Amino acid sequence: MTVPTLEVRNLRTHFFTRAGVVKAVDDVSFTVHRGKVLGLVGESGSGKSVTGFSIIGLVDPPGRVVDGQILFQGRDLTRLPEEAMRDLRGNRIAMIFQDPMMTLNPVLRVDTQMIETVQAHQKVSREEARQRARDALGQVGIPSPDERLHAYPHQFSGGMRQRVAIAIALLHRPDLIIADEPTTALDVTIQGQILAEAQKLCSESGTALIWITHDLSVVAGLADDIAVMYAGKVVEQGPVTEVLDAPLHPYTVGLIGSVPSRNRRGEPLRQIPGMTPSLLNLPAGCAFRARCPRAEARCAESPPMAEYRTGRFARCIHPHLEEVAAA
Amino acid sequence: MSAVMERPATSGDAAATGAAPFLELRGVSKRFAKTLDFAARLARRLGAPVREEVVHAVDGVDLSIRKGEVVGLVGESGCGKSTLGRMVAGIMEPSAGSILWHGRELRTLAGAEAREAKLRTQMIFQDPYASLNPRLKVQDIVGEAPLVHGLVRRSQLDAYVDEQLRRAGLDPALKRRYPHQFSGGQRQRIGIARALAVKPDFLVCDEAVAALDVSIQAQILNLFMKLRRELDLTYLFISHDLGVVEHLSDRVVIMYLGRVVEEAPAEEVFRRPNHPYTQSLLAAVPRIEARKRAFSGVQGEIPSPLNPPSGCHFHPRCPHAMERCKVERPVLRRIASGHRSACHLNEAA
Repeated sequence: MTVPTLEVRNLRTHFFTRAGVVKAVDDVSFTVHRGKVLGLVGESGSGKSVTGFSIIGLVDPPGRVVDGQILFQGRDLTRLPEEAMRDLRGNRIAMIFQDPMMTLNPVLRVDTQMIETVQAHQKVSREEARQRARDALGQVGIPSPDERLHAYPHQFSGGMRQRVAIAIALLHRPDLIIADEPTTALDVTIQGQILAEAQKLCSESGTALIWITHDLSVVAGLADDIAVMYAGKVVEQGPVTEVLDAPLHPYTVGLIGSVPSRNRRGEPLRQIPGMTPSLLNLPAGCAFRARCPRAEARCAESPPMAEYRTGRFARCIHPHLEEVAAA
Repeated sequence: MSAVMERPATSGDAAATGAAPFLELRGVSKRFAKTLDFAARLARRLGAPVREEVVHAVDGVDLSIRKGEVVGLVGESGCGKSTLGRMVAGIMEPSAGSILWHGRELRTLAGAEAREAKLRTQMIFQDPYASLNPRLKVQDIVGEAPLVHGLVRRSQLDAYVDEQLRRAGLDPALKRRYPHQFSGGQRQRIGIARALAVKPDFLVCDEAVAALDVSIQAQILNLFMKLRRELDLTYLFISHDLGVVEHLSDRVVIMYLGRVVEEAPAEEVFRRPNHPYTQSLLAAVPRIEARKRAFSGVQGEIPSPLNPPSGCHFHPRCPHAMERCKVERPVLRRIASGHRSACHLNEAA
């Protein structure tokens, strides 16, 4: 068995605010292998983005990684000095944000920014760096990359801007890309183009990809594995097809039922009652129990992550096993 | 297929039954012009080639909505769907064309009639954070309009507001709170309660669930369907999310750069899309049923509405484009019962 590109073990990232400790990420573990896509799914405030920021070492105070290991090709990133981390960031590990303007500097031309990124990690001539930038733009499907290098970010459309951000992430052919809702703000037809690029990238260059999203339909088509987060914890994980066809955790069941789908047109959606709890002073036990149709007294104790079938994990003491048996 | 199929509503058949449609749009257009500032006007006087920039946000749209129908209006950024919704809701005046409400032109109505037309059409907005006055308590947000319009007496206002809140799925005990004390889903319910408080029979929902989390979105969609049954409402449901539109609508209208390119009953659009744009839109939508598939986007960018392509607006991105598409605007014509599409290919075939 080869060393996985990324292995996160029992990660805990907490925010120490004046109002109390917010356990944004609380005991999260997963593995991503070379050329594979992990879909990290959850609703607002589930901790999926903070998980991404923790991996790339960009959690700002009052937040802090308080426990756990982030093994990138076997090296623990949580113990790495900032100097070494900066060497990896943007080089071996890259991140793509929902808003490309978080990556792009609005007052610099695209070529300036891209050449800077290349030269930050490699001693190459300016001309060679420009060549690399040009190739990267072409790779993500930007027409006439030579001319576009001279443009400013505001001269691009939203979809093109996101492509530039992706091109910058690709400059050093990273081993791991963390994509945080990169297509959420884009139109459907443009989203399709970006997803196609992402798929090509993983299959061709062996880059491992973590795709953070709230959209189960995107993950269904893109990812190999899926981890569903709720209130800072992964509540279910496994191969995409198995999780979506036979979900174990009642939250995953509710989430899938909430997606309007072709087969159930006009029928009421199987909604989850209530709303996501505040992460501040979250009581012990299963965080979903207040909304869960299967909740019982035992749920007041935190359920452990358990493997119910090979590769199928859920954090629930009464999972939907009957459906699995039927499937 | 329950409630949706009970009303096989098609615009083509509306004329046959003779009844005036609930709402009808005839050749409705909306242009936004950026007026020239002093320097530009001066430059033009001196012979510089300065022109006013005009955006055709909505360009000659015909549409009819029948009573009790849910019409889904779909399109990408800049296609004019929100502008069309605003004109239908009476917030914006069309630059050309006419909007007929129960067979009578909206802009010729005056006094009490005009007020009634406006009251009976209400709008639900995308952003529940921006569309509620942060300085008013929920009871005032919901109760103000019915009181002003004399729909309820002050002595009965309290009970009336309670009823509105309860119907939208909110606990009336919370009515003395301010909007910031509610979550996004709850705020959208306040917006719905406010709209329904003036007893409308037509709701224009502009991306009403787009800002909500999936599980909350499902709750609000279910609420819309319940209200439709209980109050016999008619909806114009504007959304970029095809899954949501498919779930809710009886009939779907697809817009691209200000024009309607296709219109058909929901089942039909999703089973037999006719316009190449509709086809590529449907192909691009990720679906939860489709696993590990090869994504393919429509080629090219959405052109700027400031300078739309000639002829058929979709021709630069269309895989079937012919010479004719570059010069001649295709008209929306009937291709099957209740199914209209604006594509030259339908004539060639």
